[in-house]
Amino acid sequence: MKYLDEYRDPKLAEAIVADIRRHVTRPWVLMEICGGQTHTLMRYGIDHLLPPEVELVHGPGCPVCVTPLEILDKAVEIASRPEVIFVSYGDMLRVPGSTRDLFQVKAAGGDVRIAYSPMEAVDLARKNPDRQVVFFAVGFETTAPANAMAVWQAKREGLRNFSILVSHVLVPPAIRLLLESPGNRVQGFIAPGHVCAVMGYSEYEELAQQYRVPFVVSGFEPLDLLEGIRMLLAQLEEGRAEVENQYVRSVTREGNEAARLRMSEVFEVADRKWRGIGEIRQSGFRLRREYAAFDAEKVFGVSETCAEEPPECIAALVLQGIRKPVDCPVFGTRCTPEKPMGAPMVSSEGACAAYYRYRRHDLTVLV
Amino acid sequence: MASTFTISCPLPLEVTDRVLLGHGSGGKLSAALLSDIFFRAFRSPVLARMDDQAVFDIGGTRLAFTTDTFVVKPLFFPGGDIGSLAVHGTVNDLAMGGAEPLYLSAGFILEEGLDMEVLRKVAASMARASQATGAEIVTGDTKVVEKGCGDGLFINTTGIGLVRPGVNLSAANARPGDCVLVSGTLGDHGMAILSEREGIGFDTSIVSDSAPLHTLVRTMLDAAAGTSLTDIRCMRDPTRGGLASSLNEIAASAGVGIELEESAIPIHEEVRGACEMLGLDPLYVANEGKLVAIVSPDIADAVLAAMREHPLGCDAQQIGKVSGKHPGLVTVRTAFGTTRIVDMLSGDQLPRIC
Repeated sequence: MKYLDEYRDPKLAEAIVADIRRHVTRPWVLMEICGGQTHTLMRYGIDHLLPPEVELVHGPGCPVCVTPLEILDKAVEIASRPEVIFVSYGDMLRVPGSTRDLFQVKAAGGDVRIAYSPMEAVDLARKNPDRQVVFFAVGFETTAPANAMAVWQAKREGLRNFSILVSHVLVPPAIRLLLESPGNRVQGFIAPGHVCAVMGYSEYEELAQQYRVPFVVSGFEPLDLLEGIRMLLAQLEEGRAEVENQYVRSVTREGNEAARLRMSEVFEVADRKWRGIGEIRQSGFRLRREYAAFDAEKVFGVSETCAEEPPECIAALVLQGIRKPVDCPVFGTRCTPEKPMGAPMVSSEGACAAYYRYRRHDLTVLV
Repeated sequence: MASTFTISCPLPLEVTDRVLLGHGSGGKLSAALLSDIFFRAFRSPVLARMDDQAVFDIGGTRLAFTTDTFVVKPLFFPGGDIGSLAVHGTVNDLAMGGAEPLYLSAGFILEEGLDMEVLRKVAASMARASQATGAEIVTGDTKVVEKGCGDGLFINTTGIGLVRPGVNLSAANARPGDCVLVSGTLGDHGMAILSEREGIGFDTSIVSDSAPLHTLVRTMLDAAAGTSLTDIRCMRDPTRGGLASSLNEIAASAGVGIELEESAIPIHEEVRGACEMLGLDPLYVANEGKLVAIVSPDIADAVLAAMREHPLGCDAQQIGKVSGKHPGLVTVRTAFGTTRIVDMLSGDQLPRIC
């Protein structure tokens, strides 16, 4: 298939791997931030192609995984109301809150629908003036522009029955937290290509300078990632700590200015809680006061709750790249994608779920 | 490192107090529903074989018997409609047991207010499909439910067929060394339906593969008849849950591993493209006119050649082998030479956020 097969060519992959092998002289720990990249690495087994010196650890960039339990509980509460049409991206439906997931809400009579775009929810609001339509606005800087656009459009049209439940988080504050954590092992980062397509990569230049750590902005196909890893290792071997862009077909240093403008018009930066990690200062978005009428938490007055994570789960350490999923005592036994105990097991992009789904046959030999 | 890790199979599934949509997905939730509720209630050794049809002996004649219910939305889609699908689905379940379809029943649940013209078209389509397969619709039933209590039209068909002597097809027969064959491109039906549903918003020319497979099966059995009919171990039509679910069922039932070659799996370019866009894996997407067969290596080439001579098998491929490693698991070797698991999904495939 054009524009995809070129980035999945096994012969080119082999050549890049050979080049990596030739140039690596000592052990390095690299982290990919984005869950989509974790998914590709596992699906194609890219970590198995790399020389043993290169260790990949997986970052906190799965939006489904890091959405806190409290927000999920609010989603469940709002979606259960008879006047509500609750609209969400598909993979949020299976994520359990403290007691139930959205599929169970749907089975109990809630009107829960899957959409590919928040604009579909705006359209539902137009067509159902007697119902309240709520979109579950989850994700990183990648989904924020579309969600901002939906709210902006709804305000422009004077829609009074549309709101969003916001759980937006930002990548750079999480990287800062990782780099400042005393247990940090990560020496270089694959920066998230789609986040940078929106945001550009000047934020990462500040991080690279401040912490003397290299970044390569990379795409999501296997060859993108292999090339990104090769570029990152070259920086490390040469003692450089710069931001380089592998994903030139989508990312510029400036990013998408129009998208950012719309975002900053609708959202403002705020403290946010991350599932498995805790609160990170200035790490997410909330709606600006001018858009408060579209804030589902305010519209429905959902209560502030405090939900407890299971104590056995080592999600916080996995999400920071300190431990691997298989180090967890409940991985694959009491914690599975059917019954996840922690954040990284809930979505296919979560590190634990990716290991479980694609890798557990390797583990049998270790028992 | 992973000293506490053990594969727990079957996996513990979350107990739910209500039926979820995922219970109808053909994945782990469906399997749990069958074993927790139905197998427990209807203790039958024939049912416990978990094949797509029951095969039993009446007065020295081996019969195959099966039933299927059709709840497709939209009712009319590129390449077929609920009527033709209801005939093909049941004919195929009989064919996967090595049976020639003989008679069908048709049960209709109609929602008050359904356009009579829709029903007329569906009935005509069923009639055409049944004539084309030679399986006559000989009995039926009609119920009407109040508006809002159905989704226009649901159809149930039940079929009975005659199993060819010497044929014994069952998932439990698969053994290490056997070859895995598919009759053609995967995922066509599921993507044709999805592209017609509201809210997806893209146009494709993907057409459902809905077709009766009994003549293809006959051709395959003819090819094996020269050596041994039992060299064809089992056949499945990978409907909901796709190829991945069918192969996982076979692997679990026979206690074998199945190793696929990713580059050998035939997938239509447009289906691949649509799946990429929607974040879906074509191995889990439904088919309605394809089969997967496990056959002995001795006759694999002959059977594959015969399949390719048949109009419904012209894209047939060998896509992998049965192995003694990793019993119960299906794995795929990527073009990069690495291996990953092709797991049974718990419920329906969900599109990813980004």
